[in-house]
Amino acid sequence: MANMTGAQALVRSLEDEGVDILFGLPGGVVLPVFDQLYDSSIRTVLVRHEQGAIHAAEGYARATGKVGTCIVTSGPGATNIVTGMADAYMDSTPLVVITGQVATNMIGTDAFQEADITGITLPVAKHSFLLKDARNLPEVVAEAFHIARTGRAGPVLIDMPVDVSRQEMNYEGLGQVRLPGYKPTLKGHKRQIEAAARAILAAKRPLVYAGGGVISAGASKELAQLARENLIPVTHSLMGKGCFPETDKLSLGMLGMHGTRYANYSVCETDLLLAVGARFSDRVTGKLSEFAPHAAVVHIDIDPAEIGKNVRVDIPIVGDCRLVLKELNEILASLRGNKSSPRRDWTAQVEEWKRKFPMGYELEGKLKPQYVVERIYYLTKGKATICTEVGQNQMWAAQYYLYKEPRSFISSGGLGTMGYGFPAAIGAKLACPEKTVFDIAGDGSIQMNIQELGTAMQYKIPVIICILNNQYLGMVRQWQELFHEGRYSYTDMSHQPDFVKLAEAYGAVGMRVNRTEDVRGALQEAMQITDRPVIIDFWVEREAGVYPMVPPGESILNMLGGDLDE
Amino acid sequence: MNKHTIAITVENRPGVLTRVTTLIRRRGYNIDSLAVGATDDPTVSRMTVVVEGDDAIIEQVTKQLYKLIDVIKVVDLTKEHLVARELVLIKVKADHSVRPDIVQIVDIFRARIVDIGRTSLIVEATGDQRKIDALEDAFRPFGILELVRTGKVAMIRGAGEDNRRK
Repeated sequence: MANMTGAQALVRSLEDEGVDILFGLPGGVVLPVFDQLYDSSIRTVLVRHEQGAIHAAEGYARATGKVGTCIVTSGPGATNIVTGMADAYMDSTPLVVITGQVATNMIGTDAFQEADITGITLPVAKHSFLLKDARNLPEVVAEAFHIARTGRAGPVLIDMPVDVSRQEMNYEGLGQVRLPGYKPTLKGHKRQIEAAARAILAAKRPLVYAGGGVISAGASKELAQLARENLIPVTHSLMGKGCFPETDKLSLGMLGMHGTRYANYSVCETDLLLAVGARFSDRVTGKLSEFAPHAAVVHIDIDPAEIGKNVRVDIPIVGDCRLVLKELNEILASLRGNKSSPRRDWTAQVEEWKRKFPMGYELEGKLKPQYVVERIYYLTKGKATICTEVGQNQMWAAQYYLYKEPRSFISSGGLGTMGYGFPAAIGAKLACPEKTVFDIAGDGSIQMNIQELGTAMQYKIPVIICILNNQYLGMVRQWQELFHEGRYSYTDMSHQPDFVKLAEAYGAVGMRVNRTEDVRGALQEAMQITDRPVIIDFWVEREAGVYPMVPPGESILNMLGGDLDE
Repeated sequence: MNKHTIAITVENRPGVLTRVTTLIRRRGYNIDSLAVGATDDPTVSRMTVVVEGDDAIIEQVTKQLYKLIDVIKVVDLTKEHLVARELVLIKVKADHSVRPDIVQIVDIFRARIVDIGRTSLIVEATGDQRKIDALEDAFRPFGILELVRTGKVAMIRGAGEDNRRK
C-alpha cells in the first residue's frame, strides 16, 4: 500500500499544514528531504548558519502569528538550533523544527554527525518527537503543529532519522491529533471573570499590565476596549510592545528595568493590577516584595503554571486572553450600566506624571543612538516592523519608537539572544514583503549572525540594518560603569570590521553616518532600496546609556537617570 | 518543608521518564524517591515520586508537570488516606553467632530471609518508610553490606482510581 517515502510524506504534510516558507541548511541525513523540497511549492530559504534558520523562522512566526518552520541536518546542524529553541520557548513563539538524525540502527553508536537532539533540547522544547517509523509521520506532523500553535505557543522538534526518510509508507493526508494529556484551557472561569469585573468597578486606581500573550492571542481590540471603556491606563512589557497603541493617551509605555518613570510610579500606586498575558519577569518586577505593593492582582493567562509563579494572585483566570477579555468586557458593560467612570483623578494623576517625567535625552554633542531610533519612527510614521538585537540597541528601540500595532516589534525578550534581530528581520520581511523592516542593532550583536547578509543578498531581501555603533558591548559596559567602578573588563569592541566595506563585500549597500544632520538622509536613501539589504553604520556617542534604569534586584521605584530635570 | 507523594499518570512512551525527571530537576526540586511501572492499561504508566517542598513548590511542580504533553494526570497523594509501601533488600553480615538475633528481628518486622550465604543473609521487607527505616537501624549493629530500596509506591484507599485517562 506504500505510495511514497517518508521524505515525500514529510514535505507533503508540511504543504498540507500550509507551510509557505521553510528556512534551512542541508546536510547528509536530510538529503532525501531536501531532494523533495527541490520540487515542492514550499519556498525554501537557504541560510548561512542554522542559528540564522531558526531565528528567521521565529521572525516569520512573530510577524504573522503562524507557525515558523525550519529544517537542519543532524549533529552540528541540530545543536546549532538549540539557542533558537530556547529563545522560542521563553518567548512562546510557535515553531516546528525538523532535524535530521542518523539512521535508527546507528542511534546511540556515536555515529558521524550524531547528536541526541531530543535529549539536548528537552528543557527548551514544548514537545519533541523522535520519529522512528514513517508510518507515524501523518500523526506526528499534525500533532507537532497543533502543539506549537495552540495553548501557550512554543517550539516543537521533530527528529527524523535518514532511514525513516527513505522508508516506504502510505500517506493519505495529515493524521488525527490524539493527545489525551494536552487540553489547554481556553475559556475563562465565569465566576472568576465576574469577580475581576467587580474588582475593576470598585478599584480607584486600576492599571493594566499587558504582555506578549495579548499579541499571541490576538486580543488587542478587546484590550483597547477594556482600557477605554473603563478608563484604565495600560503599561506593557517588552514582549507586549504593540499590543496597545503607545500613542494612546492611556498608554504608559513599558514598565520595569528600563521602563518609563510614569509606568513604574503607576505600578507602585495602583490598587488593582490587571496582568494580561504577562509573566511577571524579573526585568519587569525588580524587587518582588516591593512590586505593586498596594495592589490586588488579577492575572489572566493561558498557562496555569504562570499564575502564582512569581507574584501572589488574588483573582486568577486561566484562559485565552481574547476570549477572557471579551467576556470581561461584556460583564463590565452590563454591570456598569450608564454610570460614567469615577476615576478622573487617577487618570489625571497618571497624566501629570507623564508631563512631569517624560522620556528624554540630551541631543547636544555627538550623534545620539536615541535620535536615530526617533528618526526611524518619524520617517516610517511608526508603520515599520522593527526587529532588534539585544542590549542597549534593543532598549532604545523599545523606548524611542512608539509601537501602534501588534507584531510590529520583534525582539528576543526572555532569553536575550544577541544575533537574533537580523535573521528575524529576514523572516519578518519574507512573511510581510509590504512592510519596511528594520533591524536595530549594536555592533556587538550584529557580528553574531552577520553571515546572513549572504542569505539576504541571495533572495534580494531589503531589510535595513541600523547599527548603533559604540564600539562596545554597550549594555555590559553600562553595567560596568554603574556597578563595577567603570572597569570596562572585556567590553571594548573597537577592533571591528569596516561595516560599510563588509556590506559592499556581500554586494549589499553600506553607509556610514557620524553626524546628527545626516541621519534622516541616510534613512531615506536606505528606504528607497528594494532589492538588497542595507547596513547603516551609525557612529554614536560611545558612552551613551539606557535610562531610566532600575538597578537589578531593586524596587522599580529606584530609577537612575532619564529625567531631564536632574 | 514536607515530603509530598505525587502520583503521575503518563503516556507509556519512550523518553517520558526523562521528561518528568528533567522537568523536576530543571525547576530546582529534588526527587527523594521514584518508582515507575505499567498500569493495567499498557499504554499508560504510573510514576510515584516523592518530592520535598512547601505547598507553593508542590503546586508549581504539579502545574509544570501538567505542561508536559505526555502527562495525563498529576495527584498529590500526601493529604489523602493512602496505602504506601516500599520494598527493601538488605544484605547483612551474619556469622553463626548472630544468626538467631537476626532471625528474631526478621520475625518481629515480618520480613523474610531470601538468601543465605556463608557469612551473610539477604533480608526482604515491605512496609511504609518508617518501618523500613526502623529495620535498617536494627540491622546496622550487625553490619549492612548492601542495601537497596525500590522507592515508594502508593494508592488512595477506597474505590477511587487514578490510572485512567480522564
